Amino acid sequence: MSVVSSFSPVDPHHIGHSNLTQRTELDAPGHGEGGPASKSVIVSYGFWIFLLSDIVMFSAFFASFQVLAGDATDAAPRFDLSNVAVETGCLLLSSFLCGIASLCANRRRLFGTEMFLLLAGILGAVFLTLEIREFVGMIQQHQGPADGAYYSAFFALVGCHGLHVTVGLLWLGTMMAQIFAKGFRQDILRRLACFSLFWHALDIVWVAIFSLVYLMRFAP
Amino acid sequence: MFGRLTWQAIPWSEPIPLVAAGVVGLFLAAVVVWVFIKGYAPYIWKEWITSVDHKRIGVMYCLLALVMLLRGFSDAVMMRSQQALAFQGGGYLPPDHYNQIFSAHGTIMIFFVAMPFVIGLMNFVVPLQLGIRDVAFPTLNSVSFWLTAAGALLINISLVVGEFARTGWLPYPPLSELQYSPGVGVDYYLWSLQISGAGTLLSGVNLVTTILKMRAPGMSYTRMPVFCWTALASNLLIVAAFPVLTAVTAMLVLDRYLGFHFFTNEMGGNPMMFVNLIWVWGHPEVYILVLPAFGVFSEVIATFSGKPLFGYRSMVAATMAICLLSWLVWLHHFFTMGAGADVNGFFGIMTMIIAVPTGVKVYNWLFTMYGGKVRFEPPMLWSIGFMVTFVIGGMTGVLMAVPPADFVLHNSLFLVAHFHNVIIGGVLFGAFAGYNYWFPKAFGFRLDEKWGRRAFWLWFVGFYAAFMPLYVLGLLGMTRRMQHFDRPEWYPWVLVAAAGAGLITLGIGAQIIQLAVSIRNRAMLKDTTGDPWDGRTLEWATASPPPAFNFAVMPNVKGEEPYWGMKTKARELAHLLTAEPSYQPISVPRNTATGVVTAFFAVLIGFAMIWRIYWLAGIGFIGVYAAFVAFAWRDRSEEEISATEVARLDRENRFVRTSALAEGL
Repeated sequence: MSVVSSFSPVDPHHIGHSNLTQRTELDAPGHGEGGPASKSVIVSYGFWIFLLSDIVMFSAFFASFQVLAGDATDAAPRFDLSNVAVETGCLLLSSFLCGIASLCANRRRLFGTEMFLLLAGILGAVFLTLEIREFVGMIQQHQGPADGAYYSAFFALVGCHGLHVTVGLLWLGTMMAQIFAKGFRQDILRRLACFSLFWHALDIVWVAIFSLVYLMRFAP
Repeated sequence: MFGRLTWQAIPWSEPIPLVAAGVVGLFLAAVVVWVFIKGYAPYIWKEWITSVDHKRIGVMYCLLALVMLLRGFSDAVMMRSQQALAFQGGGYLPPDHYNQIFSAHGTIMIFFVAMPFVIGLMNFVVPLQLGIRDVAFPTLNSVSFWLTAAGALLINISLVVGEFARTGWLPYPPLSELQYSPGVGVDYYLWSLQISGAGTLLSGVNLVTTILKMRAPGMSYTRMPVFCWTALASNLLIVAAFPVLTAVTAMLVLDRYLGFHFFTNEMGGNPMMFVNLIWVWGHPEVYILVLPAFGVFSEVIATFSGKPLFGYRSMVAATMAICLLSWLVWLHHFFTMGAGADVNGFFGIMTMIIAVPTGVKVYNWLFTMYGGKVRFEPPMLWSIGFMVTFVIGGMTGVLMAVPPADFVLHNSLFLVAHFHNVIIGGVLFGAFAGYNYWFPKAFGFRLDEKWGRRAFWLWFVGFYAAFMPLYVLGLLGMTRRMQHFDRPEWYPWVLVAAAGAGLITLGIGAQIIQLAVSIRNRAMLKDTTGDPWDGRTLEWATASPPPAFNFAVMPNVKGEEPYWGMKTKARELAHLLTAEPSYQPISVPRNTATGVVTAFFAVLIGFAMIWRIYWLAGIGFIGVYAAFVAFAWRDRSEEEISATEVARLDRENRFVRTSALAEGL
């Protein structure tokens, strides 16, 4: 195939075009040489993109927290850091157990997968309970979201994470039921991989919340 | 039981919305009855509503955009006529209604006309240009579309049940807070955007994944058509910008529903934070809209000049530069906030810098035409009209990027003229160019050329008549959103603008006639070869309309402009296709009602939340969850098209192409 063949004869200089047709034919740069990626790659990749967008959403809540809390430093309550420490422990351990469940799923161990998912879910529920208890306590002390911009930003940011954990728990339960009912089908394994990514991403967000909201500003 | 919803929610005393909604309602009812009587209902359900085919979904997106264009445009006509009649008088629209109209006009035109149009074009074209069978997540694609449609439906319900926001298309607090906007108008805005925004975000995730992970063999980054590059840039912006819109609307919802203090005047709230956050989404949004339009022009200009695009690589670089720079300019929307000379200076300069990559693009298009055999068919007319118009709009934009000038022009009709200049001249002309260009690919017949030309010229002249006076009015000191005015020196210009809106009305009429005439003459306008414009990219390599699987055999890309390369090679060798490939059975995703069911419950949730009917919202959430579980539980997700069927369809395509080539030699 000659160099000219892929171009129109009316543009003899090929300005702005690579004249290396012959070379690029041999080794096309970039991806795409082998055609579309496998389904498992596509699904995880797409889910990563979604998670990135979710993190952008959290960043808007982080930014608003920094703005509103910066204007009202005196409003910061004395958080019970030991409570936060237990919450953090629960969430991180839950993520670890979710990882173990994935390993079990890779070996097609039904019992192990279900058990570790269940344990991960229980720890997630404990986290959620502790968080709700903290929220209720704050509202009772007139530090609820309607009591000032600082609390609005706090409840929205931490609550948004809590909402994600709640949705995650619902997903986890559905996932367990699905694995139980349908077994380790390829599409179910892909969904499990996505769930696992989701659950880990919530940890990343929590580490940021833990550092920026609880530790940096309000450690006693 | 029914929250704030009572019979008083229906505006019995206002005839205009009631009559309008009545007419539209009757028309819709007539269409539904006709569909059932003719027995088309199963076809529409099976082939369109539950379809997960990216081509069908793309077409439905564009259809939604065209229908909503009529709604948004009637608002525009009402505004122009109100101002023309309200010189030293009250006009015919009370202020309360007028405020709802300009708010609805902006919201509908951006979110339910421009967005679905460009997303529809991307949905339809990108997989075809990449040489693949579908997008990465076909069912998600259907969910995205139906969520967008759900948002559009909610906003139209506000016409007859309750009211719409009176706050402008971006509901700045504290005006949009419960204290100053106690009605449900702002709630309609928030929930319809929350729902359609989720759809847009998912669609962005889908297309980014498609473009980055699913290209045909040999389709490297530097071989992707420019439209795919602009689609990539646009969808990256969607993925990064729309979550901010979700967050900021959620914050306003929390303020209004649960007494939070994000943006309130008291208790430490910060209204300017809303303005900052909404424009962090809002500025990238204009590039989300215009970049795909740039892509359309690149394809159209190359095709109708019979030349490869000039400066492909600089075009790609300019696209990606705009993608990045669009994040560094949002503050120019509120220089008057008073952030100080340094901050304003930085954002002013960044705004001017964006003109550089855009200028690169304009010169690339001009040089593509230079020396080519330019065919002035409707898609090309829209493209040339765009180049002239957009440059004017761009220059007034650079003018307003100078902060001191912006302090004077801020909130005036000069600004209104500027953004209509770039959005109509850029996005809408691009959408119409794409509509004329890809219509034969989607339906197998071309659009009538004569009426296409008429539509273009009416729109083009009408646009200048309607918006150039607004520049003058802005310089004369007329502010935007005025329900009436007393200054005699404004009056003639207002009348000219109203006449311009009249011309655009005729243009829209011409487009409707164009569509009707084309459908009537479809046998004559038939696209037999699948390549009506002598195209250069892969979508023209398959039949029109393409089969469900797009390509019988996945194309092997051997250079830029792959289809042009194939044709040139074929002409040299005097035959189009080599030996018949060995056909394999092809799996296509099965249709599913997940999208439309999800959207149904989303409408329920939105409506219930707007009227504070919390139990109904609960039912909606359960419904959405149930729809997902039902989808997850299904056992068969794909259907197989047999190799013989694939072969039969492809042989037809190969036959007509070979004959067409033989004629051309």
